[in-house]
Amino acid sequence: MAEILVLVDHVDGEVKKVALELLTLANRLGEAAAVWVGPGYENAKDKLGEYGAGKVYVAADEELTSYVVAPKAALLAQLVADKSPAAVLVAATGEGKEVAGRLAVKTGSGVLTDVVDVTDGFVAEHSIFGGGIIAHAKVKTGTPIIAVRPNSVAPEAAPATPAEEQVSVALSDADKGAKIVEKVVQEKGERPDLTEAAIVVSGGRGVGGAENFSIIEGLADSLGGAVGASRAATDAGWYPHSFQVGQTGKTVSPQLYIAVGISGAIQHRAGMQTSKTIVAINKDPEAPIFELVDYGIVGDLFQVAPQLTEEITKRK
Amino acid sequence: MNIVVLVKQVPDTESPRKLKSDDSTLDRAAADGVINELDEYAIEEALRIKEAHGGEVTVLTMGPGKATDSIRKSLAMGADKAVHLVDDGLAGSDALQTSYALQQVLGRTGFDLVILGSESTDARTGVLAAMLAERLGVAQVSLANKVEIDGSAIKAQRQTDYGFDRVEASLPAVVSVVEKINEPRYPSFKGIMAAKKKPVETLGLGDAGIDAAQVGLANAATEVVDFAEAPPRAKGEIVTDEGDGGVKIAEFLASKKFV
Repeated sequence: MAEILVLVDHVDGEVKKVALELLTLANRLGEAAAVWVGPGYENAKDKLGEYGAGKVYVAADEELTSYVVAPKAALLAQLVADKSPAAVLVAATGEGKEVAGRLAVKTGSGVLTDVVDVTDGFVAEHSIFGGGIIAHAKVKTGTPIIAVRPNSVAPEAAPATPAEEQVSVALSDADKGAKIVEKVVQEKGERPDLTEAAIVVSGGRGVGGAENFSIIEGLADSLGGAVGASRAATDAGWYPHSFQVGQTGKTVSPQLYIAVGISGAIQHRAGMQTSKTIVAINKDPEAPIFELVDYGIVGDLFQVAPQLTEEITKRK
Repeated sequence: MNIVVLVKQVPDTESPRKLKSDDSTLDRAAADGVINELDEYAIEEALRIKEAHGGEVTVLTMGPGKATDSIRKSLAMGADKAVHLVDDGLAGSDALQTSYALQQVLGRTGFDLVILGSESTDARTGVLAAMLAERLGVAQVSLANKVEIDGSAIKAQRQTDYGFDRVEASLPAVVSVVEKINEPRYPSFKGIMAAKKKPVETLGLGDAGIDAAQVGLANAATEVVDFAEAPPRAKGEIVTDEGDGGVKIAEFLASKKFV
């Protein structure tokens, strides 16, 4: 079977969950071959093997992660030329999509982004227009380059002993156009990443102020989930922009999404509509969010949310 | 400073968005067209850079005749002139082809900075800035939430999943912006009146030197195989809180094995 290249998303050697999801998907379509770029491979090796990476191309040169996106695309383009993979999978994150875009130009291939599933023949499923339409698409020209949305596939352990091959690529001046001079990691405490979390609790206009977001955080922590916010809340400065779920923010697709004090404007729905189970707490019975929910409580979030947190803690 | 802002007209997310059953392309008649929201942030950033450093802001749109609405609004916000790439031969182009067509036009207009929103609300591919930087061989300063220009140097903050990267590059560059970067201005009455007198150049494939065999639905590198409306979500249970709403949700979550 043909190799499927999987660009491993990691932060300094800490493998992101989406990478394991992509390995699982790749092994359904062919043979998963992980592509590791940057430092930290030794720490990640076992995990990649555990989730079925039969092969790993290791490009440890730190220079490859010193510039915005282009070096990763250059490396992948070289691997596409040398190894003739059947497809290339990347995470549909901001950076993953950009790598995919550059790789598409370099290899003259079609690219499909924000994909939620891939089946035989590399037919990709998209959930578009805020989840209103399911479309299937495929690549007609070149090597299919597919960016898959995090949380779309359940990662499955499939122990393998990866064969390692060291690889490198010579960067052109154009690849070095934008230098990363500093990486700033913002404190997120112990909470999981928003786009990767299995459970997300988001607060909106109804939360009423930055200080009240502790209610949302408390509920999220009781469930081991991530915190999100609607645009109304981030625009008001109650929670950082990087936690915004919605059309101009992040798209999330967790197992459980709890919307607290969020009316459910299209802006927000576009970012969370594909969540598997949706729960809402809102005092307005007419709020559009209730059209989406599996379970909804019409009530005061300041009563309901703390009670829910307490009840969950009690049941642990 | 020669700043070109890429503006895409997209269906208003508040109106029904559809694909056409015959060729699976966007049904532009089904919904009102508006400027892609993140592109308004791109226009705003371009205007601020011009106000600080001088130069000219050109709006570049690829799209059908109706896209003139978005051009007019961009000019009313304060852009100096516009280029409208419009040709039936472009219909159904995918991202790869769109980046090629825009590259050809940018070769004509020249640029120190190309600024665009990080993705559109319709296709949401998020690839165009990267594709253009690749094609043009210039720096990619994408997902920017802060941009500073100093002479021919550009410093920016690039939004990442873990926070942000500080990025430095030299002009020319392609810059894509995220919502956090600024607050777009509303067109003033004076701006709306002034916009009527601003030049709009209309280009077809031949004018822009675009090879017709490299654009359009038939030549696209990707194709939509089929599409259907998503099955409606099963109607959930909605309960009015009578003092035990939190307990009830906990019971629901337990029934689904979340707790």
